[in-house]
Amino acid sequence: MLRALLSDDLPRSRWLTLALLLVVIGLAVAPFAFPGAKSLNVAAKICVFIVLAASFDLLLGYTGIVSFAHTMFFGIGAYGVAIALTRLGPHWSSVAAGVAAGLVVAVALAAVIGLFSLRVRTIFFAMITLAVASAFAILASQLPELTGGEDGLNYRLPAELRASFRLIDGTLFGVRVNGRLVDYYLVYFCAMLLVLALLRVVNSPFGSVLMAIRENPFRAEAIGYRTVVYRTIASCLAAAVAALAGALLALWSSQTNPDTTLSFDIMVDILLMVVIGGMGTMYGAVLGAVLLVFAQNYLQDLLAVINAPLAGIPLLGNLFHPDRWLLWLGVAFILCVYFFPTGIVGSLRSRRTG
Amino acid sequence: MKRDWLPLLLVPVVALVALPLVGSATSWVTLTVAGLAMGLMIFIMASGLTLTFGLMDVLNFGHGAFIAVGAFVAASVMLALSPWMTAESIWLNLAAVGPAVLAAMIVSGALGLGFERVIVRPVYGQHLRQILVTTGGLIVAEQLLKVVWGPEQITLSRPTELRGAFLLGDVAIEKYRVLAVAVGLVVFAAMAITLNRTRIGLLIRAGVENGEMVEALGYRIRRLFVGVFVAGSALAGLGGAMWGLYQETITAAIGAQVAVLVFIVIIIGGLGSVGGCFIGALLVGLSANYIGFIAPKVALGSNILLMALILLWRPQGLYPVANR
Amino acid sequence: MADALLSLRGVKTDIGRYHILHGVEFDVPEDGLTMLLGRNGAGKTTTLRTIMGLWRAAAGEIRFDGRDIARLPTPDIARLGIAYVPESMAIFADLTVQENLVLAARSGPPDPQRLDWIFARFEALKRFWTLPAGNLSGGQKQMLAVARAIIEPRRLLLIDEPTKGLAPAIIANMIAAFRELKDGATTLLVVEQNFAFARQLGDTVAVMDDGRIAHTGTMASFAADEALQAHLLGLGMGEHQ
Repeated sequence: MLRALLSDDLPRSRWLTLALLLVVIGLAVAPFAFPGAKSLNVAAKICVFIVLAASFDLLLGYTGIVSFAHTMFFGIGAYGVAIALTRLGPHWSSVAAGVAAGLVVAVALAAVIGLFSLRVRTIFFAMITLAVASAFAILASQLPELTGGEDGLNYRLPAELRASFRLIDGTLFGVRVNGRLVDYYLVYFCAMLLVLALLRVVNSPFGSVLMAIRENPFRAEAIGYRTVVYRTIASCLAAAVAALAGALLALWSSQTNPDTTLSFDIMVDILLMVVIGGMGTMYGAVLGAVLLVFAQNYLQDLLAVINAPLAGIPLLGNLFHPDRWLLWLGVAFILCVYFFPTGIVGSLRSRRTG
Repeated sequence: MKRDWLPLLLVPVVALVALPLVGSATSWVTLTVAGLAMGLMIFIMASGLTLTFGLMDVLNFGHGAFIAVGAFVAASVMLALSPWMTAESIWLNLAAVGPAVLAAMIVSGALGLGFERVIVRPVYGQHLRQILVTTGGLIVAEQLLKVVWGPEQITLSRPTELRGAFLLGDVAIEKYRVLAVAVGLVVFAAMAITLNRTRIGLLIRAGVENGEMVEALGYRIRRLFVGVFVAGSALAGLGGAMWGLYQETITAAIGAQVAVLVFIVIIIGGLGSVGGCFIGALLVGLSANYIGFIAPKVALGSNILLMALILLWRPQGLYPVANR
Repeated sequence: MADALLSLRGVKTDIGRYHILHGVEFDVPEDGLTMLLGRNGAGKTTTLRTIMGLWRAAAGEIRFDGRDIARLPTPDIARLGIAYVPESMAIFADLTVQENLVLAARSGPPDPQRLDWIFARFEALKRFWTLPAGNLSGGQKQMLAVARAIIEPRRLLLIDEPTKGLAPAIIANMIAAFRELKDGATTLLVVEQNFAFARQLGDTVAVMDDGRIAHTGTMASFAADEALQAHLLGLGMGEHQ
């Protein structure tokens, strides 16, 4: 049954299985094991980024497409729900409308970009997506009537997801069973479902064709697969899942703004997640997302410890300054591209178990 | 295949079309000078990038790092020489700006050398990894900038004699923009002469078309490539320094911001073509300024629109390079 | 028989996962013209590219003037005095005819006497001297490609299908030019599919089949053996137009 759930794509390594179990179980019990608003926020964010990174792995790792526009779809999904909740009121019907609208726009945009640009060479395509993404980010901050401009939108979530909602009176393991808990588990389960769905996609015949195209597009075309069509479908799928991740984020945090959904920093983050985690493995995206969100929130503390004795020295002190966590992740990223293309997952898998 | 003049005409056409839309002739002149200045600065930064792509099929997504480094180095030198910067003599001003810009070029060029050897060389020919690794280089470089110069932004004031504007009748033309245009034209002329009248230029032009055949004729094209890469990085540093003076505030993100414009310009121009890059840069600069005046809301998206329109007309850019 | 200027022993070349050359062995005697013949896909172009270092031989030895050049980078091979005229001609279309030749003349400005010789054989190059080479017709581009290879004295010329798609008059020009070259101190290795052209010029012949050398010997004896020609070159080969 486990094989069917994971679409026959088993971790194939004791260490990897252990790591993944830790993540899945850890996230499942997070509200109880790590009580507090901040840790719950981190946990929810990890869930969202797991989905976002996994959708990007579909594009980068399985299809071999580098697109800098991926965060755009994330933002579209988030804004879809945000705008709906702002305009149509805090109801589940608004959520449904927002999600649907976000999906439609994301998929349509992905199809247009795909059909137009996927005929061109890798580098050309990457540059164009960079340009489009930055234009979109600017657009979002320039339409305040619709998107709330630079400050974004603040809105109320449906009643069941608000802190004031009581599912059960009293507490469970010391934690109040309120709307925030419901919200968290909504995000958690949707995230798990989406990852399992992606696993199904990449392990299907469709997925095999994608990988064949990634390895040798000419050969694939010669055998008879229209590479443009397959790549476009993959782009649309990835965009749709990214949009859903955005919708989840919007449902978790009752505010959506360009910084949290459209900035290039997020694009950098998911690149790091997928490459360091391990391209083309899906599990890599999961581990990478956990790693990066943790680093963002807790690596700073580690660096602060290293930094303390060096504080006085001008350059060295700055090098290990807590704010420079991205520097070290960037170095790790470069090393992974050169020496560990299969990332953490690959390294874990290659450890002989036994 | 006659000489292809059509793209060249785009520049005056855009300028002339803008005139009635802008309305007032004096504003139009100011905007045109601003557009030319901006366009030429972008050209300086973009020209090296398009040549390295044409020559070796390498696109450095970390190019923004050289731009940012140039801006920061120039800023440091100018701040150190601030007495000369604030003096009321144009010569002292230039004596501060000159070394600053030179230092910017040297440091950026050196960074380029290191970048080519460490980051780019191992991934020649592998486009996917190239994109990833050069983006990683950008991330690391931006962070290192913050390590060395601190995370806050730096304010840089233009030297005294370069502030303000010339008044020609009713028209105000900013002095700094005139300088930018002058420098840009000098760089363009130097590139044109080098490419068309020297042996190295000959090698570069031939190499952009067919590097393999140039090797078969006995030339070690890899060395040439390193040279072009370093020159492109130095030029990016020069452009960054000038852009920093133009904006008057410098942050570590400055490289990435301008880099998007640079990419748009080289896509418009055609990857590998310096002439196309020149025209593309002018078009981007002019349209950004005209539209910024006529319809400010659309201004920031205007570059994408321009890129889309040109790609619809010529899918490979204005002057696609003959081969590949 | 003159000494071999170029000799290949056991040369194997792979392109990706495909094995193209399976142990090529033949000699190119000095001061003559060797024809490399064979059917389409026999590996003739691959052989030339391997000699030139554009593709790396996976195994084997390539000796030029006694020295193994199999692992040298292409520019170094060229500088030993080997010139290459590829099947695609590889003219620099954006450069003028003049610039194409200036580039090919590594040691300095082109020698005027040599230029005159070239203009006499390939008159169109003089007419189009300052125009972009992309303006030339197919035959004229072929002339330019050959001119680039001979603008300075070279020890060995590797020429891939010089007559493909050319009009008979131009082919006659080529034949005359090649004759004069081989009578000078130049050795030529020419790949050809046009046997009528080949038999007029070749001194020695090497015939390839399926990545190997199937026959070597003098052109005279090969030209006399029609059965062998039919077997190795395919029936119906002969005149090309």
